[in-house]
Amino acid sequence: MPPHSQECIRAAGVPPPDVKGKPCEDHCILQHSNRICVITLAESHPLLQNGKTIKSINYQISANCSRLQNKVSGKFKRGAQFLTELAPLCRISCSDGEEYTVSSCVRGRLMEVNENILDKPSILQEKPSTEGYIAVVLPKFEESKSITEGLLTQKEYEEIVVKRVNNRPETS
Amino acid sequence: MFPLAEKDKSIARLLFSTGTCPRCIFRFCGVDFHAPYRLPYKDLLRELENFLKTEDDDLSLEAAKPPLKKIRLQDEETQIDDQSQNGGEMIAIVKDENVIPEKPYLNACNICLGILQEFCEKKFIKKVCQKVESSGYEFTNLVFSVSFPPQLSVREHAAWLLVKQEMGKQGLSLGRDDIVQLKEAYKWISHPLFSEELGVPVDGKSLFEVSVIFAHPETDEDCHFLSTSCPDCFKPAKNKQSVFTRMAVVKALDKIKDDDFRKKFPCPPNLPKAFCSAVEIQCAHGAVFVAGRYNKYSRNLPQTPWIIDGERKLESSVEELISSQLLTVFKAESFNFSSSGREDVDVRTLGNGRPFAVELVNPRRVQFTSQDIKELQQKINISSDKIQVRDLQLVTREAIGHMKEGEEEKTKTYSALVWTDKAIQKKDIEFLDDLKDLQINQKTPLRVLHRRPLAIRVRIIHTMETHYIDEHHFRLHLKTQAGTYIKEFVHGDFGRTKPNIGSLMNGTADILELDVESVDVDWPPALDN
Repeated sequence: MPPHSQECIRAAGVPPPDVKGKPCEDHCILQHSNRICVITLAESHPLLQNGKTIKSINYQISANCSRLQNKVSGKFKRGAQFLTELAPLCRISCSDGEEYTVSSCVRGRLMEVNENILDKPSILQEKPSTEGYIAVVLPKFEESKSITEGLLTQKEYEEIVVKRVNNRPETS
Repeated sequence: MFPLAEKDKSIARLLFSTGTCPRCIFRFCGVDFHAPYRLPYKDLLRELENFLKTEDDDLSLEAAKPPLKKIRLQDEETQIDDQSQNGGEMIAIVKDENVIPEKPYLNACNICLGILQEFCEKKFIKKVCQKVESSGYEFTNLVFSVSFPPQLSVREHAAWLLVKQEMGKQGLSLGRDDIVQLKEAYKWISHPLFSEELGVPVDGKSLFEVSVIFAHPETDEDCHFLSTSCPDCFKPAKNKQSVFTRMAVVKALDKIKDDDFRKKFPCPPNLPKAFCSAVEIQCAHGAVFVAGRYNKYSRNLPQTPWIIDGERKLESSVEELISSQLLTVFKAESFNFSSSGREDVDVRTLGNGRPFAVELVNPRRVQFTSQDIKELQQKINISSDKIQVRDLQLVTREAIGHMKEGEEEKTKTYSALVWTDKAIQKKDIEFLDDLKDLQINQKTPLRVLHRRPLAIRVRIIHTMETHYIDEHHFRLHLKTQAGTYIKEFVHGDFGRTKPNIGSLMNGTADILELDVESVDVDWPPALDN
């Protein structure tokens, strides 16, 4: 692990596993001391497992809403789309026909979604915790502390992953 | 020599009979040279009475003197008005009209309310000067500013209408400009007295300001009729202040028609119940500026105090270490620190240092020789090893403009300690030395995104120079355009700065240490330190 300078983003936590009841679709939230959150996929997410090829990433999450349309202006970030925990950020389609929805997991204003992964989806799998991030969200000042309270620590997360592996029925 | 002539007699007599003081009479007779105003009030009163007297005039002059209505005997010791008034009428008995009463200001003048009576005489000026001297300011000149209660304009207007009418009877006209302004006459008298008492000249450009504010209890009463005649001139009062501000009153007086005015306000103006009082005597010195360049040798020092929820997160700051000494020595009220850009808490500033300027607000001490400043610089440098200053000097307000110019336009050079994830050889980094004027696009770094607008900044990396250290480390020197985020150029900030050192090397890089090597601004002028 590279030694980081003082200001780096530290992994704040993982939302309770299986976001939206989907098995293993874990997200990892990185939070800076200034409360800015970066939404990423956790290591255990299906998309990051061997053999998965991403066909396309779509930020158009409904007829009226595209995350790419998000416009933010000024110091107070007016005009940003407001996100709740379960708000979808994007839908990712794979070559094997599976589709995954990435959720915000954090309440706040959407700053930006990562357009670099549109051009080169493999970045998401190669560097999920840095260049392959999904989105940047700015929570409200009053809520910035409580956001991490609902998430798992790195340790708690790892325990859950181990449990899952142990509980997995034998497959051929 | 008494400045009034035969032609002025009727006006002078008219005004005197209404309760106008000698100096105001001079003003309305167009006496526009200083000397007569500066004579003592007692003498002016006597000479005026002599001037107005004719052989068989003794009795008619007596009758012409205004009845002494409610008189407030001025307590000479206090400046602040004691609002209690003598109840009922009080008649002063003058046995012999040549006896000048002990307290010559028995009546407040019906035009100037005392301003050109006691308030421009030596005794009052001395009181003001005492306050100035006890305030402890250092000054070589001064500017005197004075503010009068708004109803002086109303009374002046009434007197003007009266005199204009009288002169009209003689077939003469009287324009506003023919009358000497109250404030002007006041300054003619007071300026030499200030200079004499304080031993310095009065200069309109002086940074040291002595200000006196006069008020009068009947202001609202006297001005009230204007709010019904010209309601749109008056805005609703803020806080507890009177709606009758000087500007609003002057505006209304300009608008109101002569006959409308005469209906609503007595012409000539009536005798006031009280004198003005000086409600505020203050002095203040304009800001002085000290500039220099600072070096920062600590990786644990913020630019400005770092306080969250009332708790200080890190001890001290660049600005406090430099400015607190200045604040003490200049005996200033407060300071404003600005610099040509700034560095992060964990970044050092080496080389010639970064230009800065400190504005010292309301300083009491302003005389410093260059030797004094040199010693002050040494004092600052001895007080801390975290910062050092050089080229410390007094500058003018233009200094701030130079600061900002430096921040936005001038190049900076840096030295960064870079870590790479892949193992590297010398040849792997040589290509960076050849990149000239590399254009990069930087989205607002995540670490400042909470307080800055989201935007993309295009910046130029002018030159780079690498020094290999080992398989995972090298030193990178770079010269960049103003406003470039160096840390983000090295680690890429989640790919939001493109290109970055990591992407240029097809790997991952991070920054371990950063130093500012130079800030390429040639201001302030270098001194022989």
